Amino acid sequence: MAVAIDLSGKRGVIFGVANQRSIAWAISERLIEAGAELAFTYLNDRLRGPVEKTVSALDDPLLIECDATDDGDVQSVYDQIGEKWGTIDFVVHSVAYAERDDLGGDFSTTGRQGFRTALETSAYTLMPVVSRAVPLMPDGGAALTMTFDASQRVYPGYNIMGTAKAALENEVRQLAAEFGERNIRVNAISAGPLPTLAARSIPGFRDMTRAHRDRSPLKRNITHQEVGNTALFLLSEMSSGITGAIIPVDAGYGIIAL
Amino acid sequence: MSTILDRVRAITAEKLSVDEADITPESSFTEDLDADSLDVVELIMAFEEEFSTDDNAVEISDDDAESIETVQNAVDYLESKGVTS
Repeated sequence: MAVAIDLSGKRGVIFGVANQRSIAWAISERLIEAGAELAFTYLNDRLRGPVEKTVSALDDPLLIECDATDDGDVQSVYDQIGEKWGTIDFVVHSVAYAERDDLGGDFSTTGRQGFRTALETSAYTLMPVVSRAVPLMPDGGAALTMTFDASQRVYPGYNIMGTAKAALENEVRQLAAEFGERNIRVNAISAGPLPTLAARSIPGFRDMTRAHRDRSPLKRNITHQEVGNTALFLLSEMSSGITGAIIPVDAGYGIIAL
Repeated sequence: MSTILDRVRAITAEKLSVDEADITPESSFTEDLDADSLDVVELIMAFEEEFSTDDNAVEISDDDAESIETVQNAVDYLESKGVTS
């Protein structure tokens, strides 16, 4: 018999869909195909329309407004979901933000406020998103976040977001250690550049895609679907032995030095 | 076959949820059609997707994107990149 990943009867919350190009949506599509039931958060009124449109093919999708930088909002999401579903099996965190002025230009000129904004939105939020989900995962579960290689190596223009991703990856390890006893796994996908709304706001995004295409072992850029596939694996029992890991989905770019 | 202008208008109408009849070549995306910064990024990506072919990948740089203020600007830009209707 063929081995397939089946998430029938599994439920999860997706933080970070903005529109149909969002990585969070590519992941969601795969999870839904595997049988999972999902709830989605949207940031604010501005994004409500695009998110509604993105999930419109779903039957009665559960949408909840949530600014992940507001712990009360995050708690409210889990309160509502706890009331509706009782328990959940996984959570996806695909949330990041930096001020436009802090992307591109000299890294050393990043101001304190810009630093706080980027780190709080892109790194801190993983903590409430995971820890407040724990009570809804009495029998264990899985959490997944999205990172980028700029946490380790310098990508001109990515600037403060590289610092934020480094913090995020460290949190993945610490949260994995803390919640491992409860059989809750925490992992990250380090994806190659994908054309999303957020990515296109990064000066140098084109250089990133070009470099990946020219120099990665696979000589191409990755696809949304490839991230979705790896997310499906990391949120399923197929990856039950993996936690605290940063899994590259980068066409191998990260191994190449020259 | 539809012209580049027709296709730009159709994409703009869809992405900005405005009536195609209200979109003229002179329409400014931000001032007349109420596009905000997220809409503009979305439009640029949609133009790239719509007008790229196997032989001609349309890549709109950030600087070029800033110079595209009106529907006609977009049409002219795409033509300059070798897009044909």
